[in-house]
Amino acid sequence: MTRAIITVVGKDTVGIIAKVCTYLADNQINILDISQTIVQEYFNMMMIVDLTKSVKAFDVLSDELTKIGKDTGVQVKCQLEDIFDKMHRI
Amino acid sequence: MINLQEVIETNKMIEQENLDVRTITMGISLLDCSDKDLTVTCEKIYKKITTLACNLVQTGEDIAKEFGIPIVNKRISITPISLVGSACCRTPGDYVQIAKTLDRAAKEVGVNFLGGYSAIVSKGMTRSDELLIRSIPMALACTERICSSVNVGSTKTGINMDAVRLMGDIIKDTAEATKEKDSLGCAKLVVLCNAPDDNPFMAGAFHGVSEADAIINVGVSGPGVVKYALEQIPDANFELLCETIKRTAFKITRVGQLVAQEASSRLGVPFGIIDLSLAPTPAIGDSVADILKCIGVEHPGAPGTTAALALLNDQVKKGGVMASSYVGGLSGAFIPVSEDQGMIDAVEAGALTIEKLEAMTCVCSVGLDMIAIPGDTPATTIAGIIADESAIGMVNQKTTAVRIIPVVGKTVGDTVEFGGLLGYAPIMPVNTFSSQRFVDRGGRIPAPIHSFKN
Repeated sequence: MTRAIITVVGKDTVGIIAKVCTYLADNQINILDISQTIVQEYFNMMMIVDLTKSVKAFDVLSDELTKIGKDTGVQVKCQLEDIFDKMHRI
Repeated sequence: MINLQEVIETNKMIEQENLDVRTITMGISLLDCSDKDLTVTCEKIYKKITTLACNLVQTGEDIAKEFGIPIVNKRISITPISLVGSACCRTPGDYVQIAKTLDRAAKEVGVNFLGGYSAIVSKGMTRSDELLIRSIPMALACTERICSSVNVGSTKTGINMDAVRLMGDIIKDTAEATKEKDSLGCAKLVVLCNAPDDNPFMAGAFHGVSEADAIINVGVSGPGVVKYALEQIPDANFELLCETIKRTAFKITRVGQLVAQEASSRLGVPFGIIDLSLAPTPAIGDSVADILKCIGVEHPGAPGTTAALALLNDQVKKGGVMASSYVGGLSGAFIPVSEDQGMIDAVEAGALTIEKLEAMTCVCSVGLDMIAIPGDTPATTIAGIIADESAIGMVNQKTTAVRIIPVVGKTVGDTVEFGGLLGYAPIMPVNTFSSQRFVDRGGRIPAPIHSFKN
């Protein structure tokens, strides 16, 4: 299973989670976990997703998610889970 | 499962604290490219580099995108060229032909620097070593991406003072040959003692003869991350201070290890080492000097600086060693002047001198690095500086280096701008008393005794 972490950071906006989720559903990407918090008035959301059945290549997904973020005025990033695992788990 | 706080912490390191992987360096052996015909040698070199490294830059960019971690440089290190060219080079001009070939290969594969235009002359110089050394000024003047290094001593062999003396002249000639660009050639030329075979950082990178045919070495960085962690504990005692540096170094290095393993598996080239160095850049906040200030000295150079640097260097290694399966290269905090805004500030404030920098190099990697000095500094004085720095390396069994730039036409009070990662630097004053009689003696300094340590 190839897992990635999608983060959304920015001012809270109506419909941002809906937009990201719709995009993921359209591309056969399953959401495994979702959590959010507010840090210094900024909305921080994280999704752990499974890319195994994704119909798009990683770099296309990453660019399109970034664009969805830009259009909504928030920052959306998609990164493979390994970088967080390696840094925080022994 | 990873939680939100951990994700936020990692991304904050990357976005706000300048965490990056400084370089993926592919080491390539060129020993099998040697031929008695110069043209054939050049063809073989070009073909081998452009074949093995053709996907290096793209792979680096792919990894950076997928993990969301910047990989600043993609580079190549090669077998010291004095060995590769020994069968076919009869004049310094022949070596320059190889330099031009290397420059073309570097441009073709898209790497920003290629290191290994080098000679290892710790004990003595062969004819080809000397030809290569004499070709350095011309080679650096007519290429863009080539880095050169000469190893003039080691703990086991002592210091080759003939080579030290010669390098005084070569540094001056390189400054002169590149005077139109503020003597930039000298920023790509380093004189080493105890040079490691697997260093991924320029300008001293080369692929030693003890290495495999090709290898991936990775240099991690992250002074900004350490600085931020220390800012959170301004009044901590040394125990907590050291623990914090160690913990941060561990996290930084784990990212390097991940990138190295990915690059190695995607390129089909074995993973060599992670170099655990804190390498600053001119970017604000990405500074080793700022860490020293966080630890408690007003400016680097103030009394206490050497001790602060010693503990920083040691804790970075302690944290990093556990995070990586193989550690090598230089592995220590770098203290270049022009590439670190905090060091530049310290020089301009009058806090930091070359003599204090020399003391600092006793406890960290690598040496007198990216220091601009007056253009009229005599070659014998530069040789004296190299001899001092080599002696520190030889006696303390560590790598030391001199990358010093006598900027033609400039003197104390002037500033020199190198641009990009090389930054800018105020010209620093050099002790004006002569070293000439000392460096002109000829011969070599014997290896030090390895017992009766004091």
